[in-house]
Formats: sequence, C-alpha cells, structure tokens
Amino acid sequence: MSASFLYALVGIGLFSLSLYGLIVHAHLLRKILALNVMGSSIFLVLVALAKRTNEAPPDAVPHAMVITGIVVAVSATALALTLMLKLTAETGRAELPDDQRESH
Amino acid sequence: MGTALTDSPWGVMLILLPLAGGMICFIWPRMAQVLGLVTVFSVALSVVGLAWQMLDTGVYRHAVGGWGAPLGIDLYADGLSLLMLLVTAMVGFAVSVYSAAFFEREDATRFWPLWLFLLAALNALFLSADIFNIYVTFELMGLAAVALVALAGGRDALGGAMRYLLAALLGSLAYLLGVALLYHGFGTVDIALLAERVDASPVVWAALGLMGTGLLLKTAVFPLHFWLPPAHAHAPAPVSALLSALVVKASFYILLRLWLEVFEPLIGSEGVHTLLGLLGAMAVLWGSVQALRQTRLKLLIAYSTVAQIGYMFLAFPLAAAAGVAAWNAAAYLAFSHALAKAAMFLAAGNLLRFGGHDRIADLDRVVQRLPLTAAAFALAGVSIMGLPPSGGFIGKWLMLEAALVQGRWDLVAVIILGGLLAAAYIFKVLGYAFTQADVVHESRAVPASMEWAALLLALGAVLLGFLAVPVLSLVGIGDPFGASEIRP
Repeated sequence: MSASFLYALVGIGLFSLSLYGLIVHAHLLRKILALNVMGSSIFLVLVALAKRTNEAPPDAVPHAMVITGIVVAVSATALALTLMLKLTAETGRAELPDDQRESH
Repeated sequence: MGTALTDSPWGVMLILLPLAGGMICFIWPRMAQVLGLVTVFSVALSVVGLAWQMLDTGVYRHAVGGWGAPLGIDLYADGLSLLMLLVTAMVGFAVSVYSAAFFEREDATRFWPLWLFLLAALNALFLSADIFNIYVTFELMGLAAVALVALAGGRDALGGAMRYLLAALLGSLAYLLGVALLYHGFGTVDIALLAERVDASPVVWAALGLMGTGLLLKTAVFPLHFWLPPAHAHAPAPVSALLSALVVKASFYILLRLWLEVFEPLIGSEGVHTLLGLLGAMAVLWGSVQALRQTRLKLLIAYSTVAQIGYMFLAFPLAAAAGVAAWNAAAYLAFSHALAKAAMFLAAGNLLRFGGHDRIADLDRVVQRLPLTAAAFALAGVSIMGLPPSGGFIGKWLMLEAALVQGRWDLVAVIILGGLLAAAYIFKVLGYAFTQADVVHESRAVPASMEWAALLLALGAVLLGFLAVPVLSLVGIGDPFGASEIRP
C-alpha cells in the first residue's frame, strides 16, 4: 500500500467520523465544525489521490479543486456562524429549534 | 440582424449579467430595485436570444476564455438546459415584479443582490458541462438561497435557514467526494468525456451512491425532505416561490443529467431505479397526506412541493422501458410545477399581507375580497391536481401513459391517488376561502402588481397544457434523453 493511498483512506475515515458528528451533536457549533472536518477530509482525498505514481509529479487539477473548495468552505462557514449567532440571539440556545410543532 | 442574433454569446450573458447586476446592487443599494428589474428583464431577453439561436443552430457550446474542454471550462446547453433556463427566466421575472412591491426599503436592499446572485448561480448550473463546475454553482446557489430564507428574520425563518444550510452543505460535500472519486478513476470532470470513459466498476458505484445521496438530499426527496417545509414555509413569499419553483429543480436537473450520461452503464441494473421510483411514490403519498393535515397555508404548499417532486422521480423506473416518453413527462411536470407552485406561493404571500396571517381556517371570504389572488390560487391548483387543460395534466398524462403501457399498476395507482389527495388539499383551502370566518380580521391593501404576478404565473401553468408539441420539440434539441432510448 502506497503512502498516498493510506492518506486517502484516512480521508474517508474522517468523512465518516464527521458525518457521525454532524448527526449526533445538537450544538450548532459542533455541527458546523463537523462540516468543516468533512470538507477537509475530501480535500485530503483529492490531494492524496493526485499523486498517481511515485516517480511522476502529482496532478495539478485536484489541487486547483481544493483551492476552490477552500474558498467555498470559508464562505459557507462564515454564513453558518452568522446564522448561528442570530439564532442564538433569537432563541437563547445554539441549537436548531424544534420545527415539528410551530403553531405560534 | 440575423447574424448578431445567432453569433452573440447569450450563454455567457446569462451568467455575467446577473452577477454584475448583483454586485452593483450591493455597492449602490439605493438603486437596487431599478437595477434588479432591469437585470432580470435583460436576462429574460438573453434566454429568448439563446432559444432563437438554438432553434437555428442546435446545441449551444461555448469555451470560456477560448480554452477547450479538458483544460478549460465549457458552457453547454441542449433542449433540457434551455427548458430550465426558460422556466428560470419566466418565474424569475414574475417574482421580480412581485418583489418590487413586496419588499420595503431596508429589505429590498438585501433582497436584490442575493436574488441576482441566485439567478447567476442557477443559470450557470444549467449551462455547466463539467461536474466540478456544478459543485461550485451548487454552493453559490445554496448560500444565496439560505441567506434569502433568513431575510424574513425571527426564530422560525432563522431555524429553517440553518437547517437548510446544514442539509445543503452535507449534500454538496457528499457530491464533491463523488467528484473526487470520478476524477481519480477517469481523469476528467467533463460530463461528455466521462460518459465515454465510465464503466460499471466499483468506483462508479461508490460515486453514484455519494452523488446520488447528496442530490436526493438537495432535491428533498422522501425521506430526505425534512429541511424543506420549515425553510420554504418561513421564507418571505417571493423567496418561497423561487425556492420551490427553481432551486429544488436544479438538483433534480443535475441528477437527471448525471443519470443519463455519466451513470449510463449502471442503468441496466434493476435496483437503483426501482429504489428511486419507490422513494418518489412514498414522497407523493406522504407529502400529500402531510399537506392535507396542515393548518397553515404556506406549510401546506411546502408539503405539496414534497409530493410533486415525488412525481418526477416516478420517471426513473418508467424510463427503463418507456425511455424518452417518461423523461418528457418529468420535464413537463418540472416546468408546469415551477409555474404553478410559484403562483401559489405568491398568492399565499398576498393572503398573508391581506389578512396578516396564513391560517387556512380563517381565510374569511377572500374569494370576494381578493378575487385575482383567489383565482391565481385556484388556477395553479388546477395544474397541481393535474386537471385538463393544464400543464400539470399533460405531464401526469404522459407519465400515466408510460405506466399503463408497461402495466405498472402500482405506479398508476400512486399517480391517481396523488392527484386525488392534491384535489383534497386544494379544495380544503378554496372551501375556507369562500366561507366566512368566526373572527373578523383587519385587512391591508395588496398592490395590484402582486396580484397580477401571481395570476399571470397561474395562467401560464394552465396555458402550458396547450403547448405540449412546441415545448417538447424545444426539449428535443440535442436529444438530451437519447441515451436511454436505445435501452431494451
């Protein structure tokens, strides 16, 4: 097993862990962090798989994708954090309100 | 004149105009409304230009910056993309006219830049020819849509927006991991090149699982629809219209596109399209029953969206044998649902402004007091129920025909039952609209442009029933559903 393949496997492992974290944690900051870890895990997979052989230089296209992905992740995190702060100011709790019963 | 029409890069303008317009609105908030209306109008003109050009020369392809497909980014439009662009322009224009009267000063300066960014993202998504570009446009669309939902303010809207953001991000990240696997496996992100290279290998199955799940979550297919009702019901009315009419269709469009081209080698296997059909059938029944149970008008309309999305997924099992006919039905349903559902949400916005609430039981004779809005809701309802001569009727009829030909009686039953349930929840609203409520509420005037925007969209949804032949021949440009036709 090559080192880059190992990194890719670690990336998949992190993806699964962050999916678990996103689902089980109620606190919004933990959910947002889980999504950030998930983004990074995909970047790890992309960068690791870019090195196809030991001799040839790595493929540059996945690196470009990672840079684009980082820009997207930063913007999404900023929006998520702002929404979280507004929601906390409104409800006093950094958790999703229970939407099943909202008749007021 | 003719050459100017056929040579202009209309596709590029469809993305650049709203992007530039959005930024100028942001810098110059006092002019936001005028600039917004002008931008949306010129985008609508560009779509007409593009349609003109494509009727003349067929499929549209543009290499951005002169760089070719494997290295650069291509814009590509066939009949299916053109249909989605047309729907976006039509709904977008009506919603813009409505919004000009709906949003007050402060909110208007926030609404217009976000809506123009959303429009740019939608147009870019429908013109994308590679799977990574689709990811970027997805995120642009998602962020703009979430911010638009949050515009309403308050606990319910913010909660709905947050839930929507988390679901949308999870969906796009699952999609992105699929892109990473496909790029590693086949060395390209171009849809056309991928279509040539993919085979039925485990990596393609894994990519289908990830991208499919992500897209199903974004399209809000049962049981992944949990985020849709709170987000769509608590957003401001014109935003609800945009989300239900256009944004959920965008992820359905991508799923369809990938299914027909990239994942074509996997179509032969029975399991996946049976599963998608089952989810669609469950969505039709569950969404309709939930809609019937709602006491708030906007939540009822939002659950109706869950049900109507289900109909489009019935095309997956039917297309295995019926091919083009089932996809045409899905495209027609997407088109007519977009017009009808936007009209419904706009009408609900009028009722909300008129009475200050959207409790169905207290609609209090709005038929007499707000006749244009009530007519808009009823006409849109005709299309949602699938009664002739509406666009919804043509879509459901094409789908019913495909199901009958194959003897899929289970799907026939779902299609008919869904129509009956839709009739039940729409007549429930109309019934209360005719009767007097116990408590009399104060009412507030509704601007004429808001009533007419809703009515014109509803009329469009009904008139679509007479336009089946021209619309389907437009969709046929470049033969987007051709790949599945040769399947046995």
